[in-house]
Amino acid sequence: METKHILMFLGVIVLTVVPLIMYAGHEGYFEGADDAAVGAITHIEPNYKPWFKPIWEPPSGEIESFLFALQAAIGAIVIGYFIGYYKGKREIVAQH
Amino acid sequence: MHIAEGYLPPMWCAFWYVLSGIVVAYGIVQLNKLIKEQPEVKPLIALAGAYMFVLSSLKMPSVTGSCSHPCGNGLGAVLFGPAVTAVLGVIVLLFQALFLAHGGITTLGANDFSMGIMGPFVGYLVFKALRGKINSTWAIMLAAIFADWATYVTTSVQLALAYPIPSFSSAFTTFATIFAITQIPLAIAEGFLTAVLWDYLKKLRPDILLKLGVIDESEVPSVSISSSGGE
Repeated sequence: METKHILMFLGVIVLTVVPLIMYAGHEGYFEGADDAAVGAITHIEPNYKPWFKPIWEPPSGEIESFLFALQAAIGAIVIGYFIGYYKGKREIVAQH
Repeated sequence: MHIAEGYLPPMWCAFWYVLSGIVVAYGIVQLNKLIKEQPEVKPLIALAGAYMFVLSSLKMPSVTGSCSHPCGNGLGAVLFGPAVTAVLGVIVLLFQALFLAHGGITTLGANDFSMGIMGPFVGYLVFKALRGKINSTWAIMLAAIFADWATYVTTSVQLALAYPIPSFSSAFTTFATIFAITQIPLAIAEGFLTAVLWDYLKKLRPDILLKLGVIDESEVPSVSISSSGGE
């Protein structure tokens, strides 16, 4: 891993941590932007009623967290598998 | 950028479905052609889709005090173009709509238009404009940043079109403030991550990137297409 990559990862960490520090101790922050949009819609058009409901909703925040984690895990496993496969193949090929 | 289930009037849902449907249909045709002509890119397609899967699941905090998701659509856009990315986007959005009540089935057309089509299209243009002028790693970083950001600007436009009260521009300002401003640091983070992944792809499979025409031989002098065999 190059220095450039380490710096980029640090950049991502900083971008993620700074907001948490900025608003530490204050209540009511970090609501999702998607929920905020729903709020804005209801504010703009108070008579709007959603005409369709989700077929299924996770019954709790815990289950929702599980499903988000599952989504991330599935994606990460696929990426890791192929990166690992390519790297392993390269090393074998390089030996011959 | 996921517009929640039922929060887009039916007429607009249908409109975006038709628009996205056309692009997705074209994307499926392109995908089949790609897999037939270059079967070795299949893992890369899976990787691009998986990248969208991971990044869309991360709710990251932003300096505006809100949180949102990156998209991961820059990579697919540059590698395979917006149409194929539209197809990958449907998979991600379907998973999230069905299992997470995030986004929706009615809003699938609209959400794929922003995340699977417009965002990737902008990223694709950015990469094309920069290609050859700067190293592809920086080009993809910028492409990813703009693809992500354009996704959210598009969502703001879609919502402002559906709710132009009291006017389109004031509604757009409201939605853009919620979405587009919050997204800026997240888009930059996505740019960094995409650049790192791109570098690994360049190191491990430069032949595929060369064959897809997304990098120049000058960036990977030890490889040439003709010598990489059929693999």
